Amino acid sequence: MKVLMTGNEAIARGAWEAGVVVCTAYPGTPSTEIIENAATYKEMDSEWSPNEKVALEVGLGAAVAGGRTLVAMKHVGVNVAADPLFTLSYTGVNAGLVLISADDPGMHSSQDEQDNRHYGRAAKIPVLEPSDSQECLDYVKLALTLSEEYDTPVMLRMTTRVSHSQSLVSPGNRQEISLRDYSKNPSKYIMLPGHARLRHPIVEERLKKLAAYAETSPLNRTEEPERSEDQERLEGTRRVGVITNGITYQYAREVLDENVSLLKLGMTYPLPRQLISDFIQSVDECYIIEELDSFIEDQIRAWGFSVYGKELFPTVGELLPETIASCVPSLLKPSLRRDFTAASRGPDSESANTEDRAPVQHVGRPPVLCPGCPHRAVFYVLNRLKLTVSGDIGCYTLGALPPLNAMDTTICMGASIGVALGMEKARGRDFARNLVAVIGDSTFVHSGITALIDVVYNKGTTTTLILDNSTTGMTGHQENPATGVTVRGEVTTRIDLPMLVRAVGVNRVVEVDPFDLDRFTDVLKREMAAEEPSVIIVKRPCVLVRPAPARSQVSAQPPVSVNSALCTGCAQCLRLGCPCLVKDEPEPGAKIRKVSVDASQCIGCGLCVSLCRPQAIVRKEG
Amino acid sequence: MDTIQNDPLSILIVGVGGQGTILASRILAGVVLRKGYDVKVSEIHGMAQRGGSVVTQVRFGSKVASPIIAQGQADIILGFEKLETLRWLPYARRNATVLYNTQSINPMPVVTGAAVYPPDAEDRIQSEFPQAVPIDALSLAQKCGAAKAVNVVLLGLLSRFLSIEEDVWLDILRETVPERLLDVNNAAFQAGRNGLLV
Repeated sequence: MKVLMTGNEAIARGAWEAGVVVCTAYPGTPSTEIIENAATYKEMDSEWSPNEKVALEVGLGAAVAGGRTLVAMKHVGVNVAADPLFTLSYTGVNAGLVLISADDPGMHSSQDEQDNRHYGRAAKIPVLEPSDSQECLDYVKLALTLSEEYDTPVMLRMTTRVSHSQSLVSPGNRQEISLRDYSKNPSKYIMLPGHARLRHPIVEERLKKLAAYAETSPLNRTEEPERSEDQERLEGTRRVGVITNGITYQYAREVLDENVSLLKLGMTYPLPRQLISDFIQSVDECYIIEELDSFIEDQIRAWGFSVYGKELFPTVGELLPETIASCVPSLLKPSLRRDFTAASRGPDSESANTEDRAPVQHVGRPPVLCPGCPHRAVFYVLNRLKLTVSGDIGCYTLGALPPLNAMDTTICMGASIGVALGMEKARGRDFARNLVAVIGDSTFVHSGITALIDVVYNKGTTTTLILDNSTTGMTGHQENPATGVTVRGEVTTRIDLPMLVRAVGVNRVVEVDPFDLDRFTDVLKREMAAEEPSVIIVKRPCVLVRPAPARSQVSAQPPVSVNSALCTGCAQCLRLGCPCLVKDEPEPGAKIRKVSVDASQCIGCGLCVSLCRPQAIVRKEG
Repeated sequence: MDTIQNDPLSILIVGVGGQGTILASRILAGVVLRKGYDVKVSEIHGMAQRGGSVVTQVRFGSKVASPIIAQGQADIILGFEKLETLRWLPYARRNATVLYNTQSINPMPVVTGAAVYPPDAEDRIQSEFPQAVPIDALSLAQKCGAAKAVNVVLLGLLSRFLSIEEDVWLDILRETVPERLLDVNNAAFQAGRNGLLV
């Protein structure tokens, strides 16, 4: 029976069906649900690793030891895991290893939109690109087979729309596979220069074999128009071919005329040269439609073919169906041509769906910290003190947005502490007296700890705020080493953050509740003034975290309300950036705009109550 | 599998992160799947869902390729909030069915006073789509016992515009929502389906 699955669910299912025994990942949108789903299959040992490098190293160990392995991460996670990845290419695997790279074209939830197919080419490993959930399931199984057959890790590259779209899948049963034999093999697994020199030619040879495989692989297929009935009409018209991959294939199928021939590449590295050149020679003109970089196109042009590509299609952002349609209006289905050609026909042309309704710029709706969020108090104080804030990746990055505006830099996971130290080194101690690094608990464990060691070792005085909300918030509340629970829900040893921080040599370690605004402010001022490194552990659980007693505690509070007679319209509370506080229209004849509370959203956290000087905001009794 | 007016049919569900658009799209997808259609659903997770503008897309028919709807190609827009409905109108076909909740939720630039909520949002929806159907889904959901059930009220309204038996909707609802919330959700569905406040 067919069932609806997201691409991420289908990856986990495919791994399970293919007898995978170990799954590792660090959470990151759009990849997170892969391991969350994998963890529901008891036959697979799934883990949240502290970071992507560790995830791939654990995966490498599992595969070399003979068990089939799935490793998943978002595109920028592969940057973190790149070190083991490139050498894993040399050692090869024993049992199959698939690395899922979930890229984020359009940057729905990312700091860049790098195209990770380049990693496949740079690390000289095959890259597979599914276009829907059934292909996710099928490709992960095939990737494990290829991995073992060619002794290589295989990258399966997803994009947000493949990961987070649901489509129909025919699930199968699990195939139990016994562990492959493990034996010590120094020349294969100890990459001393002498051994690595022997492995590199093997890698190059492997690529040639994979390119040969790509010529006949079911992953790459041509879809020719049905010419029987229209044969005569087609004679004499120009034959058009399109080479495409991943989700773009589905968009092309959606908008392009049925007379267009398609070459769908499910394997985009290495490319099948003969198959592609036969296809290009079978048509009069050929278009390469791929999202982000000209990865396929560059290789094809290097072979000397003349094709249309990035001179027509953007390199930036998602390549949406309407973008394809507006780039090649002459190739569209007849039913869509009228809708997407209005722009070129001018304003007087016959009505069209989109173009004569020029998009109006409406007031935006940026994401906000949730009602009751512990981070709101932190950034309110940082803003009031006008500090330089070196930020990091997580929900708390939203502290950068108005009205909190309390962040200067956000680069990548774990960067905050190192960036703050660099600022101190360049601008001196006085500058550092108004400088803090802000990092979440999960991000600190991911890659903040090494930079903190740098601060201690190289005599910095950086003040670091670890925002410990007891979860990995932005990606949807995953466990991490600081929560003391595994992805499978088992209780485990919980990292003691204060003890960890002291152990690397930080003497000044303070824990504080950010909702105690006065104490938090005092502690912050004191620690920034100190002539040595300090760490403030800002502790309050995420309001959404489950299952947590804290949640019931917080939501048990009734919404707050405003005593309108006392409200002076000072708007101090609005500096919190709480979505529940609303600026009212002035009463007739009055100028002051008072504040009211949206009771449907307010969870009664009381932060606004504590800073309302006229005491107009009050907790409701009972 | 019954024939539908456009094959595939494209439904755009828009709202504010936290309003339950994803659950609504999953129930809708379950319903059309039960009727034997091919179906694809697209959602966005992560940063975008923290109180931001969210959109989920459901497409169904005899065969669906793209999981997302191109601009100007949505057959139905189901708006959970006025401003979001207005924002996404360019995705609707000319003759699209527009159904929208009259609730307004202030975005942060409005909260801080940097911008104003368009006071004529509803007029603009109605002037572009005179047949657009408003519903006060929040009040109806509250009357049913849970403000959170706004999404199911709106599904009830949507169900009037799709020729799919009520039983199928109720079956999928029962299979999707927790048992303790079933009565509230059934009531919310009925309120949306039968209790139009036009």
